[in-house]
Amino acid sequence: MKVIYLLVPLACLVAAIIAGFWGAKIGNSATHRITITGVGLSFVLSVVVLFDVLDGHSFNGSIYTWGTSGGVSFEVGFLIDHLSAVMMAVVTFVSLMVHIYTIGYMRDDPGYTRFFCYIALFTFAMLMLVMANNFLQLFFGWEAVGLVSYLLIGFWFKRESAVAANLKAFLVNRVGDLGFILGIAAVMYLFGTLDYSAVFSAASEKQNAVVTGVLGYEWSWITLICLLLFVGAMGKSAQVPLHVWLPDSMEGPTPISALIHAATMVTAGIFLVARMSPLFELSTTASSVILVIGGLTALSMALVGLVQNDIKRVVAYSTLSQLGYMTVALGASAYSVAIFHLATHAFFKALLFLAAGSVIIALHHEQDMRRMGGLRRYMPITYITSVIGSLALAGIPPFSGFFSKDAIIEAVHHSNIPGAGLAYAAVLMGVVVTAFYSFRLIFMVFHGEPRMDKQARSHLKESPWVVTVPLVLLAIPSLLSGGFLVESVLGGHFLGDAVAQGPSAGEGDHLTAVGLMTHGFLAAPLWLALGGVFLAWIFYVRVPSLPGNVSQRLSLIYRILHRKYGFDQFYQWLFASGGVRLGEWLWKRADIALIDGFAVNGTANMVGWFSRVLKRLQTGYVYHYAFVMIIGVVVFLSWGLWS
Amino acid sequence: MDSMTPNILSILIWLPILGGILILSTGGDRNAQLARKIALGFSVGTFLLSLSLYADFDITTASMQFVERYQWIESLHIQYFLGVDGISMPLIILTTLLTTIVVIAGWEVITKRVAQYMASFLIMEGLMIGVFSSMDAILFYLFWEAMLIPMFLIIGVWGGSNRVYAAIKFFLYTLVGSLLMLVAIIYLYFTSDHTFNIASFHATPLTYTTQVLIFLAFFAAFAVKVPMFPVHTWLPDAHVEAPTGGSVILAAITLKMGAYGFLRFSIPITPDASSELAIWVIGLSLIAVVYIALVALVQRDMKKLIAYSSISHMGFVTLGFFIFDTQGMEGAIVQMISHGFISGALFLCVGVLYDQMHSREIDSYGGVANAMPVFSVFLVFFAMSNAGLPGTSGFVGEFLVILGSFRVNGWYAAVAGLTLVLGAAYTLWMIKRVVYGEITNEKVKALVDVNGREKLVLGVLAVCVLGLGIYPMPLLEVMHSTVENLLQHAAISKL
Repeated sequence: MKVIYLLVPLACLVAAIIAGFWGAKIGNSATHRITITGVGLSFVLSVVVLFDVLDGHSFNGSIYTWGTSGGVSFEVGFLIDHLSAVMMAVVTFVSLMVHIYTIGYMRDDPGYTRFFCYIALFTFAMLMLVMANNFLQLFFGWEAVGLVSYLLIGFWFKRESAVAANLKAFLVNRVGDLGFILGIAAVMYLFGTLDYSAVFSAASEKQNAVVTGVLGYEWSWITLICLLLFVGAMGKSAQVPLHVWLPDSMEGPTPISALIHAATMVTAGIFLVARMSPLFELSTTASSVILVIGGLTALSMALVGLVQNDIKRVVAYSTLSQLGYMTVALGASAYSVAIFHLATHAFFKALLFLAAGSVIIALHHEQDMRRMGGLRRYMPITYITSVIGSLALAGIPPFSGFFSKDAIIEAVHHSNIPGAGLAYAAVLMGVVVTAFYSFRLIFMVFHGEPRMDKQARSHLKESPWVVTVPLVLLAIPSLLSGGFLVESVLGGHFLGDAVAQGPSAGEGDHLTAVGLMTHGFLAAPLWLALGGVFLAWIFYVRVPSLPGNVSQRLSLIYRILHRKYGFDQFYQWLFASGGVRLGEWLWKRADIALIDGFAVNGTANMVGWFSRVLKRLQTGYVYHYAFVMIIGVVVFLSWGLWS
Repeated sequence: MDSMTPNILSILIWLPILGGILILSTGGDRNAQLARKIALGFSVGTFLLSLSLYADFDITTASMQFVERYQWIESLHIQYFLGVDGISMPLIILTTLLTTIVVIAGWEVITKRVAQYMASFLIMEGLMIGVFSSMDAILFYLFWEAMLIPMFLIIGVWGGSNRVYAAIKFFLYTLVGSLLMLVAIIYLYFTSDHTFNIASFHATPLTYTTQVLIFLAFFAAFAVKVPMFPVHTWLPDAHVEAPTGGSVILAAITLKMGAYGFLRFSIPITPDASSELAIWVIGLSLIAVVYIALVALVQRDMKKLIAYSSISHMGFVTLGFFIFDTQGMEGAIVQMISHGFISGALFLCVGVLYDQMHSREIDSYGGVANAMPVFSVFLVFFAMSNAGLPGTSGFVGEFLVILGSFRVNGWYAAVAGLTLVLGAAYTLWMIKRVVYGEITNEKVKALVDVNGREKLVLGVLAVCVLGLGIYPMPLLEVMHSTVENLLQHAAISKL
């Protein structure tokens, strides 16, 4: 099996290398054939691994020793268990779909081969991340996916907005990474190793280790480590207040919005916490923080999604909000539920993004929903798959999102740590908002009268099969995966013993999918979701003048949401401009004026001044020297006589 | 431990110097091509020979290897005493590699006084190897000071418009520091039974006050060379005025000599003063990491930006030394090697642009990726390495130093870790303005992508950066014994 584990990421890496170095030489179709073969092979092997793991096999071993220092050995190695096997299957499946879709989406782009190189490289990096058996390799994968994300957001590098967005994304992620690397350093300090299994098995005996003097409090080491690691997760999984990069990342081509900024990379933070669950289980403080951050993100970002008119931005804010849901599940110690939602979300969100992309190319790169409408007649496959995705997102049974979201809401409902009440209220309210914006999108894009200009309308047609086939293939798990998996999730064996079992795992008496659905009709979330869909129907189909009126009535709220709570402006002022101002000041005042001007050149000037003074003494006139000599003799003589 | 080639260190020192003299004898620019070829032959030969140091190196011992020891000036007990350990050996290979790269990089670019240019670099190569392999303090001092002369000439002759100011500033700055070192060496001669053997200096007992004074004297020499805040201001000026090759050697090798001095002299000779004063060195290092990074952020000149970035990265090196932690110190040494590759490559990249545009201003560029796609891949790659991306060598050192400093004090690690954000900010902001965007002007449009020669030098460095990032083990394992030994020595009080 070890060969298979190795082949899974390496197939993608080799494909990426070929595409990168020889893509231009071998041409577009050879490039996409090679990368799709590579990623396809990865997917097939991942499925083999998944079944092998379900059979009860697992693996934890080193591939090579990266380095040693101070008696510590840093390894590159794999940990294959339920969690990594599920992630591998999800990542390679979505990646394969996106690869196929890209053939259609990027067909005429001059950077075609470069794009395939990047997405294959991304898949490699993401696999290294999820397959890691130690913190160092996790960080490697973590930063490598960040690099590819940077390259892909700025893929159209001539656009000023794209290269601004990729810089922003990288830097905001780096803020999170600072927390992450300090967390790793703290793990190294406390445990003396970066190996997962060694750290987790020693975790409970270190539970009472405390550190004093951090911000004047006494901290449990485990809490400190968890919070630092979670800062990293917040960066990558775009949790408030480190979320600002994700909406801007939509500057990248749509396939990567689906792959990287919805289905896989942004969920790395969720994966991180689930992977570290044996640590997080030991810190209620950290769990509370996670609950609150997740709840805030889930609701506040959903609200911003209400006022977006760019089709990709609506989906982007919904991603932010759903990441908040997953985070809430982590805070409620329902780790397998979080991964469950991660998986269903990967399917339906990738579907929604790719469907949005299908609409965008049909309209020749129009993204404003106010200039769409009535598309269901022209693009039936895109329409139906979008509706399936939206129903899953809104949480309507029997679509997958219903089961995973319901499980999250149940878990947080049963949690009684500080912050759980707040998070529960946030995710409940979020359900209405989610349903509303999802169907606002459906109604604005696919229903009503077409609002695009005549010329665009005359060109409207369904996208080619390379686009629609991935949509259909993603729609199937969006529909079915929830009901299919929910029993094992709630039964507590979805991820086996790969994650810690929180107090609320294995909860509940309605363990069958059908039972859950009937139960759903008696519980609030489903009615809230249906209410949201209904409201959207009223607003955007029944009474189309309503949205304008409401936004005028509630203009203050509308403006706040429209400006996304002012995070961007604030960060721009404080960090971007502030950093430059501080740098200018230090450079001009300290470096140039003080050190160079005063100290260095000042010394030089002083030497110059002294030499000018001393120069006067060297007059060259014999009688001056004779005079000085006589004075000297007199001084010496009188000094001699005196003593 | 016995070398296959006898006197290998002497050969490595004198072969390039001999080559340099030979090149000078080719005379004026009529024979420029011959001068280039001789330079290439000697630099490649020296590089290949230096690889035998690695091949024959015994990683199990901390004692000096490839030792050569002869009486030189008997009346003053000065010896011609050479040897290398796990710290100096990688630095010598770095020197021979970078010199070869500089020779190739200057191939068509330097058209005036070619022989003198090539000779300067070869002679400097020999002198730098001498610095890294001298075990006698006077021999060390001679190489150390002699090295200033070719560098002074390189800046002063082939430099930019303000080259004289920069060259004199460089010369005086470093000379003032070095003279204090000479005083300390002479003092140590008299306290240690009249020898200049550095190893006997290590064993000489010294009172605390004496240690502090000697530490400060050495510190003056080494801190200027590294350079550390606040004696760093010569470096940006020197880099801006130096020709590309000069910048490469300056950043990649000569800065490392200062750092090397801390390990060879300061820490083992004055262990008590070093640990007592470490807090100040750490403070200055952290200031370098943060303050200098902020200054780098606002530079308009690419070379100045990379120069400030060098100072900031060298802050990691001195931080790693003075936390007295194995991972910290090994990380710092890896950082020295890695910074040699990365800063060298970045200066070469700026050189490629400068040769065509004759401007180093960030504002005169924009959209370079449109005209120079291959070059842009290299530049973005090296920029990412400079920002410490895992998988590149830039990460290894920073990571180990952060691990080590966290062990000493979490706040050190937190402040040093800011480089993750700041380093990425200044490097990638420059990339954004230079590489990306629409073509801003006709001159950028006319840029020609890298030629085979440029691809070769940048490619070699890229392989080094990537190789060291993916598999740093071969470098780490040669230094284990030496570093352990040094830290054990530093922990024993001399009082």
